[in-house]
Amino acid sequence: MTSSAKSPWILHYNASSCNGCDIEILAALTPMYDVERFGIVNTGNPAHADIFVVTGGVNEQNKEVLKNLYEQIPAPKVVVAVGICASSGGVFRDCYNVSGGIDTVIPVDVYVPGCSVRPEALIEGIVKAIGILEEKRAAMEEKK
Amino acid sequence: MNQIILMVIGAVVFLIAAPFLGGILSGIDRKLTAKMQSRRGPPILQPFYDVAKLWHKEKVFANPVEKIFTISYLVFIALSGALLFGGFNILLIVFCLALAHTFIILAAYAANAPYSHIGAERELLSVMVAEPILILIGAGLFMVTGTFMVSEIFFASGLPAICYLPGVFVALIAVLTLKLRKSPFDISTSHHAHQELVKGVTSSFAGKTLANVEIAHWYETVIFLGLIVLFFGGYPILGIIVALAAFILEIVIDNIFPRVTWQMTVKSLWLITLILGVINIIVIGILSAGGML
Repeated sequence: MTSSAKSPWILHYNASSCNGCDIEILAALTPMYDVERFGIVNTGNPAHADIFVVTGGVNEQNKEVLKNLYEQIPAPKVVVAVGICASSGGVFRDCYNVSGGIDTVIPVDVYVPGCSVRPEALIEGIVKAIGILEEKRAAMEEKK
Repeated sequence: MNQIILMVIGAVVFLIAAPFLGGILSGIDRKLTAKMQSRRGPPILQPFYDVAKLWHKEKVFANPVEKIFTISYLVFIALSGALLFGGFNILLIVFCLALAHTFIILAAYAANAPYSHIGAERELLSVMVAEPILILIGAGLFMVTGTFMVSEIFFASGLPAICYLPGVFVALIAVLTLKLRKSPFDISTSHHAHQELVKGVTSSFAGKTLANVEIAHWYETVIFLGLIVLFFGGYPILGIIVALAAFILEIVIDNIFPRVTWQMTVKSLWLITLILGVINIIVIGILSAGGML
């Protein structure tokens, strides 16, 4: 395990989620689950982030914001779609203004379904994302 | 000749050892903070993992100039530390520190981003708050020991400087909260979950640029703990114990008052400087003029 796997910093963005999954994400930061013991920090800043955690089904209004945030994260970066809305659009899939899952806007690496997602599932998703982050970094090093 | 060799050794030891010491202190800080919040917390070596990771990130700049400014910040912080541990003039160290902070402020202003600019403004405020205390330390130590040279202050005989300068010492401890980037929450760049300005002055830095700022912060932690030790000239072991105790005290203070704002900080620190620091200096001045020192 190298340094990038030991220090994954997270950026959380709510792309028109109902706030249910967002509360579960914050729950993972509480003393009960304490994700900081894995070196995970909720940065709230795309320039510092490694893992982009997105909730909600994305609508026409926040499509551009989502794209913009994704582009501001320096490589290597991993996107985690949290909750069924972010994964596929969920019950809002057929709404006229919903894109239906964040993979319609940006590339997604890990899907964590659930309505709302459980902190345990979320942490497992992030651990998966850390593995992918590690692979991407190794690929980046090789390119050099 | 012997003295010059000692000075060079002191400076070189600082340049090599300070990042390790500062990084471990930062790790202890995060662990202790976690324990106080009944969490397990990250490993002690977490700050090193963070910097190593940042080192391998893609190079992205809001403005390429920030690279030069952050490197200058790191270089001048390291230089002030080398001057301090090499035993040079304390005034030079204070000015060198001020110059270093000018560079980080310029770096934050270089990015065309409003949050970065607010971060820079508040960093400027924190320099304005800390600088008077640093100059008082230099003035106070000169009045007590009769020299600005750190090497002579450190090896001074007689009672340590703290006996004459308790007010200035308390002011230094007060400003340490700010300098360790713990409180106030709307300036700090600490690792707490949420701040008003995300990571304050560093909000537009990424990758290596951020890693440089982090390493400079480790150097700075050691510099400020070194200044505490300087108050115990002639009693270095006592000084180191007090410096570590002060470091732990800052962690406790930070966890008790997590929502201190920059307005409160500016007011309270200027009051502390004015009342404790300046009065302390005036009293020492009167006593030494009367031939009582």
